Amino acid sequence: MDLIYSPMDVQKIRKDFPILSREVNGRPLVYFDNAATSQTPLQVIDVITDYYKNYNANIHRGVHALSQEATDAYEAARQKIQKHFNAAHPFEIIFTSGTTHSINIVSNGYAQSLQKGDELIVSALEHHSNIVPWQMLCEKTGAILKVIPMNQQGVLLMEEYEKLLSDKTKLVFVNHVSNALGTVNPIKAIIEKAHAVGAQVLIDGAQASPHIRADVQALDVDYYVTSAHKLCGPTGIGMLYGKESALKRLPPYQGGGEMIAEVTFKKTTYADLPHKFEAGTPNIAGGIAFGAALDYINNIGMDQIAAYEEELLQYATAALEKIPGLKIYGTAPQKTAVISFNVEGIHPYDIGSILDKLGIAVRTGHHCAQPIMDFYQIPGTVRASFSFYNTFEEIDSMIAALKKALEMLQ
Amino acid sequence: MESISVAQEEIVEEFAMFDDWMQRYEYMIELGKSLPLIDPQYKTDDYIIKGCQSKVWVHADLEKDKLVFTADSDAIITKGIIAILIRVFSHQHPDAILEADTSFIDQIGLKEHLSPTRANGLVSMIKQLKMYAIAFKTQLN
Repeated sequence: MDLIYSPMDVQKIRKDFPILSREVNGRPLVYFDNAATSQTPLQVIDVITDYYKNYNANIHRGVHALSQEATDAYEAARQKIQKHFNAAHPFEIIFTSGTTHSINIVSNGYAQSLQKGDELIVSALEHHSNIVPWQMLCEKTGAILKVIPMNQQGVLLMEEYEKLLSDKTKLVFVNHVSNALGTVNPIKAIIEKAHAVGAQVLIDGAQASPHIRADVQALDVDYYVTSAHKLCGPTGIGMLYGKESALKRLPPYQGGGEMIAEVTFKKTTYADLPHKFEAGTPNIAGGIAFGAALDYINNIGMDQIAAYEEELLQYATAALEKIPGLKIYGTAPQKTAVISFNVEGIHPYDIGSILDKLGIAVRTGHHCAQPIMDFYQIPGTVRASFSFYNTFEEIDSMIAALKKALEMLQ
Repeated sequence: MESISVAQEEIVEEFAMFDDWMQRYEYMIELGKSLPLIDPQYKTDDYIIKGCQSKVWVHADLEKDKLVFTADSDAIITKGIIAILIRVFSHQHPDAILEADTSFIDQIGLKEHLSPTRANGLVSMIKQLKMYAIAFKTQLN
């Protein structure tokens, strides 16, 4: 694919994001909450507008032209996603409302097949969305949840993981990248070792997708899930990738229209993949925009994005480390452009509040990963997460604002 | 002790003196430092106010027929917020606390200048102070 931006022209890219030129509290916005949600470029916004202006219709059923156009665009988006993640078939991509929905489809699907005493393995680095659905599954089935521990750097202990694996292990679910710390997990090795004992693996790719392209066939992963809004797409749309064999075995999650082959009051037969998991009218504009978001980031180039974000990460890390009393949580050798930190004696919430008044958007709190905060025995952190449209100057602004905040709070 | 409404007016006037929210935050941090601190023995889960991102403990006691509040928080700005509320509601009769309207919070623009979670926390704090008033009112009767 031709690279539109080569080398990365950040100022040109920033023009695609109107929101980046707004002010907050009378100061230029510095948006460093990209791990929570990324901003949306005009190219994606335009696709959504175009859909509602020109071909809004229900898909898959209509005989009329608009329905056909909408169906074609929606299915074309599915193929873009398939290609991006290198799935073997388009029908292995299930549109969902997002990562949480995707995980719930899989966890509910296992409710019938799991037996008491079966074991599930989760990592210590997970987001609540990749913990709670499985705990609910364990309550229903009597299965047992085991946890892969991590070290102080925020790196999973692979030797401990191997000890947890046995023929009782049915499922392993780990995030590709930790949302709270940015650690990139060795998912290829995790998947191989799980498969060796006959367990299936779900990888939560929500945090990885904006930075790393996962090749689901090369990984040989059973399920890979993500949300479009993490990678310049809209909210309310995401995907569940599942291997054909895995998805065929998995029972449907929701009943309704669109997911059936035949309905009588005696019996209903379910539709083929992917429709079996897509009951009801989907988020059509969202699905199409998801495809457009992938086009957008692929036009810039995932490798270029990763290289530039690594530079931002190094620059910000070096600047933050100079601040007395500041501690960075999550120092894995492999991490994405996320920095979680605290300053000695100051509540992260206080820092976040002052930064906001100075126009700097960061996240504070436990980042929906309370077990990680408990591990470090802290109430939360301040988290700055960078994207390819951020600049070194914005990092300078954050550092200046942080110094001002510390003056007030110390 | 001045009445609740007088204390509220004073706070509204004080906040109006500042030009921007950075200065108001600085003032809240100052107020936080003057917060009548809770006895450490009450810094337990029983005295935590739920609905705040940072921890907030509040204790109430009767002095004759007046309620006296003490509090603490692990976050400085939160301490400032609770200090404002305590300045208004402490050393007042439970009836006065229950009858008091809290529109001064809107007048100083506190809610809209707090993050949504902190604004929720503020509502929880007010609710908790009024709950104490209800509890002690029963005791007085």
